[in-house]
Amino acid sequence: MANPSLKPQRKRAFSVANLPGFTTIAIVAFVALYLPIITLAAYSFNASQSVAVWGGFSLDWYAKAWANDQVKDATVRSLIIAVSASLIATAVATMAALGTTRRRSFKGQTFIYVVINQPLMVPEIVSAVALLIFFSSIKVATGYTGLGYLIIAHAAFCIPFAYLPIRARLEGMDLSLETAAADLYATPWQTFRKVTLPILAPGVMAGAMLAFVISLDDVVITEFVKSGGQDTLPTYMLGQMRRQLTPEINAISSMLLALTVVLLTLFFLLTRKNDQ
Amino acid sequence: MNEKAANEKAVIQKNAIEARNIVKTFGVGQAAARALDDVTVEIRQGEFFTLLGPSGCGKTTLLRLIAGFEMPTEGTILLDGQDITYLPPNKRPVNTVFQSYALFPHLTVAQNVGFGLEMQGRPKAEVNDTVARMLALVKLEPLAHRKTNQLSGGQQQRVALARALAPSPKVLLLDEPLSALDLKLRKEMQIELKRLQVETGITFVFVTHDQEEALTMSDRVGVMSQGKLQQVGSPKDIYTKPVNRFVASFIGETNFIAARAEAGKVHLATGDTIDIAGLSAGGNVTVTIRPEQLRLVDKTETGAMRATVKSLVYFGTDTHCYLSLTDGSEVVARLQSPASGDAGLTPGQSVGLRAVPGAAQIVLD
Ligand SMILES: Nc1ncnc2c1ncn2[C@@H]1O[C@H](COP(=O)(O)OP(=O)(O)OP(=O)(O)O)[C@@H](O)[C@H]1O
Ligand SMILES: [Mg+2]
Repeated sequence: MANPSLKPQRKRAFSVANLPGFTTIAIVAFVALYLPIITLAAYSFNASQSVAVWGGFSLDWYAKAWANDQVKDATVRSLIIAVSASLIATAVATMAALGTTRRRSFKGQTFIYVVINQPLMVPEIVSAVALLIFFSSIKVATGYTGLGYLIIAHAAFCIPFAYLPIRARLEGMDLSLETAAADLYATPWQTFRKVTLPILAPGVMAGAMLAFVISLDDVVITEFVKSGGQDTLPTYMLGQMRRQLTPEINAISSMLLALTVVLLTLFFLLTRKNDQ
Repeated sequence: MNEKAANEKAVIQKNAIEARNIVKTFGVGQAAARALDDVTVEIRQGEFFTLLGPSGCGKTTLLRLIAGFEMPTEGTILLDGQDITYLPPNKRPVNTVFQSYALFPHLTVAQNVGFGLEMQGRPKAEVNDTVARMLALVKLEPLAHRKTNQLSGGQQQRVALARALAPSPKVLLLDEPLSALDLKLRKEMQIELKRLQVETGITFVFVTHDQEEALTMSDRVGVMSQGKLQQVGSPKDIYTKPVNRFVASFIGETNFIAARAEAGKVHLATGDTIDIAGLSAGGNVTVTIRPEQLRLVDKTETGAMRATVKSLVYFGTDTHCYLSLTDGSEVVARLQSPASGDAGLTPGQSVGLRAVPGAAQIVLD
């Protein structure tokens, strides 16, 4: 008789990922992450006033949110800030990524990484307080109270989010492509325009989208830096919830969620390894 | 007078590339390493010149200096008699075929080939014309609109070639362009490259560490070792008249036998005497004889070296016969296999050994 231990048991490739329990933990984590979000989205279609008791299907809360001028204002403001801040952050991050990957390692390189990634490491509340104090002295000195402060503050904390995907893309780029461009009579500027930037483009787009989403979603720094009447969508929602909780908040959240999902999906498509 | 001046000019212009006393060091202070050590070489217009040498001998470095990707620590590089030592790569009419091909992944085959011409600001019609001509030259017309990552290794190789040839450079540099291809494709591309060189008349500077490739393709070969150019000459010269031990052993297989030169005669350490044409050296020398230039003769024949057969290895067309000489040194003789396949030799057998007249050479150490 054949050795029983050599009999094929079950068709399952040898893999660490097949360890028992992994699947269970993954499912629990998945439920914990997505159940609240699904509930939130579901209750945005609730016909009753409550955010906890189901009263039938309706689109009333969407209509209400849509007609609310404060929501409209806050949305427009959020978009202006997010677009401007992500553009600024992406430009700065692109230059920073070029500067940090296109040279042999140099003294102070670690220091520069820390500086660029500061917003990821310093607690947001600390940055918020610091910005509040800093900007209020400028407000006093200049008298300017526009959206500029929020845009600059958002751009600052968005830089590391834009920087990381751009740097990853740059590090994966074959440097001999630039050498080849120079060999084929391209000036340094032409090399950047015709070779570096097009190859970098998915990374830049991904960085910009991530920065946009991060800016759109910010509460803490916005709450501290904004002047009166400068509510963004998240700070408006926070203010509303202090007064009363209606499914209108769910509706706004769901729309924000939908936008974020679309952008993040694009982000993942762009940063996929096997692009082009 | 005029004619003489024209003649002189023709002579001067014969060199496409002239590298003079090139030194290239990487790093500074203690860590400094000389990648190139006083290299002087002249590459003639329209020739297929090969740089041959073992890994790390400085072939790529020399090529990068000619292309302008790197600047020499010392020395001058001339292109058609003009000093280009410090000219940036985009200002040199010299193009490179990279070992990794370095094709632009975001462009199509045709756009890749047209890149150089476009950067030179040539008119659109001319770019399109030349691209079509180049694609025909490397037989890639059907793939013009593919992205380069949808091509096989051999096809990518052709795109890289077409791209580098399109701007009609004065010199084309090729850094081990065939090393990533499998044997069959490699042989095909060797023939293809040679054909392209003859058809375009462009000076090719080809880098390889494959001696067979160097011998079969080149008009002239420069053999390098440890940052120094050891010998420059036609494949035949390099093979039959190696100047030193390194060149003799790097190009093909060979035997070395210690000897003393005296009064026009060479006395081998084995006690035998052989004739060497044009002998000028005296004292202790090394004699080299290629395995295929050795003949086995009867052991009683006068003037033949005495040897003992150690082992035999059958290679099909020929049989390698390893022998030991009376001084204990070992040599290998390559004998044509007889029709029966059996050379009629057995290990331990005593035989006579003789070099074909003129085949023995003296080399420096
Ligand atoms: N950028 C560099 N920095 C430091 N050392 C270098 C650099 N480039 C080359 N070298 C050194 O110079 C020497 C010659 O290198 P090179 O690349 O020219 O060799 P090669 O003949 O092309 O070898 P291979 O056949 O392996 O490609 C090597 O010892 C290498 O380590
Ligand atoms: Mg090399």
